[in-house]
Amino acid sequence: MSQTDAVAPADSTGAAPAEASATPRAVVTGNRRRIILLAATTALAAIVAIVSIAVGAYVIPVPDVLAVLAAKTGLTDDADNLHTAVVWDLRLTRVLLAGAVGAALATSGTAYQGTFRNPLVEPFILGVSAGAAFGAGLAVMVDVPLSLQVMAFLFGMVAVWLTYTLSRVRGERPTVTLILAGIVVGSFFSAVFSLFQYAGTDEQLRRLVFWIMGGFYRATWDDVAIVVPATIVGCLLLFRYGWRLNILSLGDDEARSLGVDPEPLRRRIIVLATALTALAVSVSGIIAWVGLLVPHAARLLVGPDHRFLLPLSATMGAVFVMACDNLARTIHTGEVPIGIITSVIGAPYLIYLLRSRATRLGAAS
Amino acid sequence: MTMQVSDISFAYGSRTVLDGVGFGLRPGELCALFGPNGTGKSTLYRCILGHLRHQGRVMLDGTDLTRLRPAQVARRVSYVPQQHSSPFPFTVRDMVLMGRTPHLGGVFGPRRSDIEHCERVLERVGLAGDGDRLYHTLSGGQRQLTLIARALAQDCNVLLLDEPTASLDFGNQMWVWRTVQDLARQGRTVLVCTHDPNHVRWFCDRVLALGRNGKLLAEGAPSTVITAELVGNLYPGVGAVTTAGHGAVVPADVAGVG
Repeated sequence: MSQTDAVAPADSTGAAPAEASATPRAVVTGNRRRIILLAATTALAAIVAIVSIAVGAYVIPVPDVLAVLAAKTGLTDDADNLHTAVVWDLRLTRVLLAGAVGAALATSGTAYQGTFRNPLVEPFILGVSAGAAFGAGLAVMVDVPLSLQVMAFLFGMVAVWLTYTLSRVRGERPTVTLILAGIVVGSFFSAVFSLFQYAGTDEQLRRLVFWIMGGFYRATWDDVAIVVPATIVGCLLLFRYGWRLNILSLGDDEARSLGVDPEPLRRRIIVLATALTALAVSVSGIIAWVGLLVPHAARLLVGPDHRFLLPLSATMGAVFVMACDNLARTIHTGEVPIGIITSVIGAPYLIYLLRSRATRLGAAS
Repeated sequence: MTMQVSDISFAYGSRTVLDGVGFGLRPGELCALFGPNGTGKSTLYRCILGHLRHQGRVMLDGTDLTRLRPAQVARRVSYVPQQHSSPFPFTVRDMVLMGRTPHLGGVFGPRRSDIEHCERVLERVGLAGDGDRLYHTLSGGQRQLTLIARALAQDCNVLLLDEPTASLDFGNQMWVWRTVQDLARQGRTVLVCTHDPNHVRWFCDRVLALGRNGKLLAEGAPSTVITAELVGNLYPGVGAVTTAGHGAVVPADVAGVG
């Protein structure tokens, strides 16, 4: 029995066949298409912003809106327009804030999803929203020298710092323990927030509930002056990590073998994304769905390359929240909390995406 | 590039995984790291790449790899993981482009020359024209070849492959081994870990056999190292095997001997 039953390649001891080389194929990168898309959504954001200023309790014609904006920014002489106060002090502040919050939530959502290699992650996963709610609740319940916004921001950051510290296991921070720690920290702060609601007076309870449902009704130029520049800086800093975030989304060992040290990179991205989220939450309350839904919608349009995905998330997030805020202040005579609008629109849209475009979202076909 | 690994020991807690492992690798030679599952082949890779701290030394043409930062190691040694699924729908081209990362300077990612480089390596592994397909929708064999292409894009002279054929069908296994053989013939230093004695005998020039105690059991030409005795030792549950015939390891009762 010298011939065995193994199916071995006939030349397993011989030389390998030479590979025939074909002519190089023309490279189509698609980067131009992606840049056009970015420019288009930026233009769309500007258009939605102007339309948002026009609509409201009563409609201001778009030419009047433009006239006021031009006069106020010094492009034309101050033609005393009777809409100036409404356009400039009420609606523009609100629209700018809504756009900034939308951009911040969507960008940080995309960054979190990439860092945690999980498309179901949202920016509140590490407890920032629960921490911020606790901070805001504390400001409502007891006399603190800091404003509600500052308290919300600080405790949002504190919650994520706690999560990050608790998740350390034998010198490493596995994603699972990080997310579990986030759930633990989040539920602790949520429990205390519930206690506030239970113990508060009727007036305190009303403020707590309205804060947690989110809204831009109290937007002022003071808020805008802080939130808009900070959001722009934060987003630009995150955009810088676009390519390395692609590498990080492959997992730690692969990132390392491609020359990217995952731990410090992840820490920097989490700090930036958390600061952006806490900033947004501190001025607008908790607006659900934006940070989960917009990254998915953006990924469908440009694919998962974070160099393009992060900026597109920012512009689409701004458009989405501005549009939802328009509904929030126009579908009813009073004010509907925007968190309700984003959920009502967001949930069916995500279901539609999942059912029709599952492969592009990452499901194997 | 010549790689000299000396005296690597590693333990997870009190469990010793590697015990004084040392060997050398030569350019142009396809070397196998042979051993059953769970003998620490992947751990050895992680030690060589510097992902795990260990006491040993890894010298690459006179440079001590353990003293380099990840980005510097990644310009010298590329690692090919077992094919996997990506959580995000990257295209094949995106995946391969990521191999250029250690060579990128700025924050804006790959340039046109990097993209052209990637098209060339895709062609070399037989995936020309598949650049726009989504990585996670490919077959296991195509994914493995994509990851090999990524390692080629990384432009290193040392390639470490982790069980590249473990979950592939027969045709893809042969295709991947042929590709790896070619890469070694072109002058690269290639180490492939595998648990299949037949693949070692069919395709490799040299073999390091890693035992369950974390020590190297034998080293040399596959035909002399992969003996019935060694395979019987490493896989005691298999029973008697024979290496009669075409350099294949066959259970003795299947081959009709003993």
